[in-house]
Amino acid sequence: MRESTIMKIHYGTALAAVALVAVHILMRLTMNFAESLEYENVLANYKFIPYAAMLELILILLSVHGFNGLRVILLELKQGRMYEKAVSYGCLAGMIGLIAYGSRTIIMTNMGMV
Amino acid sequence: MAQVSSIANEQTSTPLSSSTSITLRISRFNPEHDESSGFMEFSVPVQKWTTVLEAILEVKKHFDHSVAVRYSCRQATCGSCGMIINGKPRLACFTKISELNSNVVTVEPMNNFPVIRDLAVKFEKLFDSHQKIKPFLIRDDTELESDEKEFLQSPEEVEQYIQFANCIKCGLCNSACPTMATDSSFVGPQALAQAYRYVADTRDKGKDSRLKIIDDSHGIWRCHFAGSCSQVCPKGVDPAMGIQLLRGYLLGFRS
Repeated sequence: MRESTIMKIHYGTALAAVALVAVHILMRLTMNFAESLEYENVLANYKFIPYAAMLELILILLSVHGFNGLRVILLELKQGRMYEKAVSYGCLAGMIGLIAYGSRTIIMTNMGMV
Repeated sequence: MAQVSSIANEQTSTPLSSSTSITLRISRFNPEHDESSGFMEFSVPVQKWTTVLEAILEVKKHFDHSVAVRYSCRQATCGSCGMIINGKPRLACFTKISELNSNVVTVEPMNNFPVIRDLAVKFEKLFDSHQKIKPFLIRDDTELESDEKEFLQSPEEVEQYIQFANCIKCGLCNSACPTMATDSSFVGPQALAQAYRYVADTRDKGKDSRLKIIDDSHGIWRCHFAGSCSQVCPKGVDPAMGIQLLRGYLLGFRS
């Protein structure tokens, strides 16, 4: 993939994440903050499909943005063909792993398996 | 003949009868023999108009002829005498000692360049990067017909790129760039500014090929817009702005 396409995704995910995280924070303000973190309330959030979908979207956006940011930092730290390949594929694997693990949590909770 | 000789003497030497003198600290390093660089100090007489280059040449002439320094035109045109002067990348021929407001002047080789010896650095990577972005007009009609006229441009079209055409390839921007300090593969502000110079030229048809070259993992996207390249340019070029304008083409804001 061309670097400009990657960076368009990088900037796009940042903007979308800022908007969705703002909504997420506003949702926390509908009740007392400590109360919003209580076990039942957290489970209720996951079971409410639109909210669970938004959390899933935030997870994807931040994982893509974060791991690409990490890739960029690591590429600037050191150079070399093998190193750069390892960093790129490592960050891709990390991103997929984090999305898979987070999605598993959201889906299992949503389906009442937790 | 005697007159020619006296003119030559006048050009290469600052008069020693000056009333003030400064301490010139010159970084000495020979990669073939030395493990690390050190400084040698010289007391040099200066006038109000003495430049740093003239002070270095004074040292070479009267104290230590082995000091390695690259210079040529002495009028900020050739871009040969770039160095770190009191911590900032500058042209030695374009920096008067009086403007530094210090009795101690420290000169070091430019950062982000391999040192050949003392103040002389290797320019190969700078020139390679410059060459990589195809610094010439690309057109389909490479051969001009005999009855064809010159390519006319409006003043507005010239305005788009003319400041970038002032680049003298001195390397000060690359020396000041924080990304160049860590990313040895980064194409650098000099080459990126020159890429913009040709992309913005209405006579040029090589925009796509140039954008492809700089759209690389060590290309234009590694610039963090620190802006230090624009701060140090002795010719008033603004590479940081050129890079941002160039990004506009890649992001689709400009065509």
